[in-house]
Amino acid sequence: MSRRKTVGIVDYGVGNQASVWRALHKLDYRCRVSDDPKKLDETDILFLPGVGAFPTAMEKLHEHDLVEYLQGEAHKGKPFVGLCLGMQLLAEQSHEHGLTAGLGLIPGEVVPFPGGGWHIGWNAIEQLGDDPLFAECDGMAMYFNHSFIFDAPDEYRVYAARTEGSFPVGVRRGNLVGMQFHPEKSQAAGRALLSALVEGLCK
Amino acid sequence: MPARRIIPCLDVKDGRVVKGVQFRDHRDVGDIVENATRYSAEGADELVFYDITASPEGRSVDTAWIERVSRVIDIPFAVAGGIRDLATAEAVLEAGADKVSVNSPALARPELIDELAAAFGAQCVVIGVDSMREEGGYRVWRNTGDPERSDEAGRLTLDWLREATRRGAGEVVLNCMRKDGVRDGYDCEHLQEVVAAVTVPVIASGGAGAPRHFREAFEHGASGALAATVFHDRLIAIPDLKQDLLANGIEVRP
Repeated sequence: MSRRKTVGIVDYGVGNQASVWRALHKLDYRCRVSDDPKKLDETDILFLPGVGAFPTAMEKLHEHDLVEYLQGEAHKGKPFVGLCLGMQLLAEQSHEHGLTAGLGLIPGEVVPFPGGGWHIGWNAIEQLGDDPLFAECDGMAMYFNHSFIFDAPDEYRVYAARTEGSFPVGVRRGNLVGMQFHPEKSQAAGRALLSALVEGLCK
Repeated sequence: MPARRIIPCLDVKDGRVVKGVQFRDHRDVGDIVENATRYSAEGADELVFYDITASPEGRSVDTAWIERVSRVIDIPFAVAGGIRDLATAEAVLEAGADKVSVNSPALARPELIDELAAAFGAQCVVIGVDSMREEGGYRVWRNTGDPERSDEAGRLTLDWLREATRRGAGEVVLNCMRKDGVRDGYDCEHLQEVVAAVTVPVIASGGAGAPRHFREAFEHGASGALAATVFHDRLIAIPDLKQDLLANGIEVRP
């Protein structure tokens, strides 16, 4: 049996950390919801949630003095998962409401959804490449709600979704992973993905 | 295109789920958390809760039950009811709702939409509209939770929805009032003109009585279909409905 993992949920005042906490808590992970590096240090993996607009979220990360901390942890190779806006924050920059620098942890930028408009609702995710971490959830339907996407270079893309065309919805660089959808709101499929990420990244 | 969504709608009054006909004569349908749990387990894609007496009573939605709901379900849900300022919206979202839906308060002060979208992102701002056909076209009604206090808001539905989405609403719920609770099909003609008028997803509401009504709404451009009576009274089971839609070539989450 694997050791019970401790998950750190970065609380920087943008909405959905409670839902992320509930989902991980129900999977029986020990959770620390905090903006305090000392508390986040005592965890096996970091989750960066987020909903809303990119510039506001970056501003809040700065206000909570978390930018350098998160960058440092990612560089050290700490397992780290960004969800929805938390995934987009990993990018170099975003074009939402003007140009804003992101955490710059994965190359690429955040751009409007292809053709404009919104991608809201349930859509299947398709695995790109053959990383075993993402095999289990290939083809599962997840809940999306966004109008911008993280246009990362091909080599970092691990999942795509399809409307008229295909677009990236999952990225990985080492122990750093980003998911555009909301696994915490995606029932059994989301639970499968969250536990695959925690177990797979915290070896 | 993402899968079309099936969205049970729970009208909340005095802490219970209720349902009326054409916005009147509400009867008790049961406990909020029990209903939410049932729909989440049966395959609903999203839920919408309306605190129907909040606006007419001049108060905002009670957040205690929102938190109870968010503890038990793991699908997205929206909450509506007298959300007229940022602080209330923030409390609703912090209690666990994924979206706030505004209707009467946005008619009273349209800037509310801009403020909500700037603070929380357009993805969590839904504009709900209660629309009724009258001479000269469909018009918007307000305070519809209380028949004694509801009245016409002095706006054409299409104009109002263009304005609301321009101000930052990320989704529209179109309630056709005459269709509410009568189960003879969505108003697809009106639905289609609304879909054409806005660039955001449109959720059809009012009139669902049979699986084919859902199919028609999706064929007329709805991204989601909202229904209450047929689900509350167990006239349609969500898994059967999804089977029927899939068999008819409409993509839904299995």
